[in-house]
Amino acid sequence: MIEIRGLEKYFGTLQVLKGIDLDIPKGEVLSIIGASGSGKSTLLYCINGLEAIQAGTVTVAGTDVHAKGTDINKLRQKMGMVFQQWNSFPHLTALENVALAPQIVKGKSKAEARDIAAKQLEHVGLGDKLHVYPSALSGGQQQRLAIARALAMEPDYMLFDEATSALDPELVGEVLDTMRLLAEEGMTMICVTHEMSFARDVSDRVAFFHQGVIEEIDTPENIFGSPKSEHLQKFLSNIR
Amino acid sequence: MELTISFFSGFQPSDLLYLTQAAWRTLLISILSISIGTVLGGLFGWMMYEGKWAAALTLGPLLDVFRSVPLIIQLVLFYNFAPIIGLNLDPFLSGVVILSIYCASLVANVARGGMEAVGQPMRRAARSLGMTYWQDLRYVVLPIGGRAVFPSWVGVALGVMKDSALVSVLGYIELLKASQILITRTQEPLLILTIAGAFYFALSYPISRYAATLEKRWTS
Amino acid sequence: MFDYNFHWRPVFKSLPDLLAAGLTTLEIAALSMVLGIIFGLGLALIRMHMRGPLKWLASAWVELARNTPALFQLFFFGFGLGAVGIHMSPYVIVLVALSFNCAGYLAENFRGGFQAIPDTQIRAARSLGMTAWQSYTRIIIPQVFRIVYHPLTNQMVWAVLMSSLGMLVGFRELSGETQALASRTYRIFEYFAVTAVIYYVIVKIILLGSRMLATRLFRY
Repeated sequence: MIEIRGLEKYFGTLQVLKGIDLDIPKGEVLSIIGASGSGKSTLLYCINGLEAIQAGTVTVAGTDVHAKGTDINKLRQKMGMVFQQWNSFPHLTALENVALAPQIVKGKSKAEARDIAAKQLEHVGLGDKLHVYPSALSGGQQQRLAIARALAMEPDYMLFDEATSALDPELVGEVLDTMRLLAEEGMTMICVTHEMSFARDVSDRVAFFHQGVIEEIDTPENIFGSPKSEHLQKFLSNIR
Repeated sequence: MELTISFFSGFQPSDLLYLTQAAWRTLLISILSISIGTVLGGLFGWMMYEGKWAAALTLGPLLDVFRSVPLIIQLVLFYNFAPIIGLNLDPFLSGVVILSIYCASLVANVARGGMEAVGQPMRRAARSLGMTYWQDLRYVVLPIGGRAVFPSWVGVALGVMKDSALVSVLGYIELLKASQILITRTQEPLLILTIAGAFYFALSYPISRYAATLEKRWTS
Repeated sequence: MFDYNFHWRPVFKSLPDLLAAGLTTLEIAALSMVLGIIFGLGLALIRMHMRGPLKWLASAWVELARNTPALFQLFFFGFGLGAVGIHMSPYVIVLVALSFNCAGYLAENFRGGFQAIPDTQIRAARSLGMTAWQSYTRIIIPQVFRIVYHPLTNQMVWAVLMSSLGMLVGFRELSGETQALASRTYRIFEYFAVTAVIYYVIVKIILLGSRMLATRLFRY
């Protein structure tokens, strides 16, 4: 369970998050939509502590993310993150990319880590690319590699930051399919996304972000079928 | 009666003038060698880039030699070889010859890299507009490639300026040699070396900083 | 044209001595590279992450090393320090001067390398739960190494070439040995010509070795 209360975030004097209250129960798939620059990605970074916050609290499974004594590295093992630009490690093969963190963070033996890695790469459909370097993989494959890398840590939550926005159109499908698979398997997911089909078909709830606040949060049917806020209506008509 | 001859005297203001003149001589041999070396190096780089003529194939390895043998060895060799073939060059001219060739070999690589950095697409665009080969070279390749390799060229130029200190082994009295002479007389190595170091620093640092700001301006 | 009689035989008889001195050259170049890498890395990290007097000192080291001639630095550590009572053997003087110089140049290379890695790499590593130390040693440093590999090789070649300056402070590496032998027989040209060839071969071996090592280390 992730609980967010009164979250405020500034970049210098610019306020990006203006008081967020949000609960994400285990097993939920939450999609976050909204215009660029509305603070969606920043919210994700505040959840796993990659960005500091100025007010409010973020509690993950009972632990305050931003408290002074929190072991943030331990907490991050519970939260997997997939970035827009995948950020695969170019100097390691696919297998090594996925096996590294289980080995050095969780302390698994090299053989055990490689087993886990192979299994996760199989899981995302890259079973035949174990010993390939990221430079030889397409964007979609590298993104799936990034998903496998996050999954190898056996997280309770997966955070997706516009995972498909940097991909060529024909590669988007394979990544969305992987994310759909994870949702069906019961993973708790928070997805910042522009892919409305995914938000509509796969999510349990959709949150609409506008200028640093959650303007509306509801089931996909209500968000897309009967949007209440004016900004949301405008947003949806723009993307149609 | 006691007759004392003092060979050593302390550092005097006239010595500062002496060092300044020596610094000027460093500058002189540097500017001369860098100018000749850059022109030659540009020419060699262009020849290697175009890949025409057997000269281009032999030029690369030949210039490579000048980068693979210590400069001091090159200076000694040339200075001792020149009389053999009847060339009686003083230390200054020997230094200029070797430093120019050394500079040319470094600039050739830099120049070739610069031309290659411009890229076929841009040159094709220029030619398809009707420019001749030389117009393309002058208006497209040189400005663009020149900007790309300017920082490297400054590095080479400053390197040659610093390496000019080696010509002192032939007897040319530039800054470092002058420092040695003063040290022998005044027995104040630290003071003199600090002053000489300040001169070298003053010759090199501002130029490299200026080049860095130019580069920043050009790439933004 | 050639009134000069070339006498090569004494040189070839001394070849074993020259080659042994060549090994000394390699040894001192390698040692100064090792020290240069250690200190250079430290200097780069200090300049990137610290403030205050320590950062100022590190910057002073780097800028002095890069903006003054290597020969000047050699004289400073040899004669300059000698004046205040710090006397070192020629070997140590050359080692200190070369290491000082290498560290300065390498510090800039390392800094450029670190800055070339996008900090999204750190984000990705930290988001997996890696500590800062793990992120640096497993993810950042291997990538930096790849970027600075070519400059490192060039610096090694440079160290070999600049070690020849040791002959001016009485150090018997390759050039110093050549000088000693040549002055005994007055066959200066012949001796230095052979030495030039030895240097060329050493440099070529280093470049070849470096390229082969690269294909094994960097398969991406």
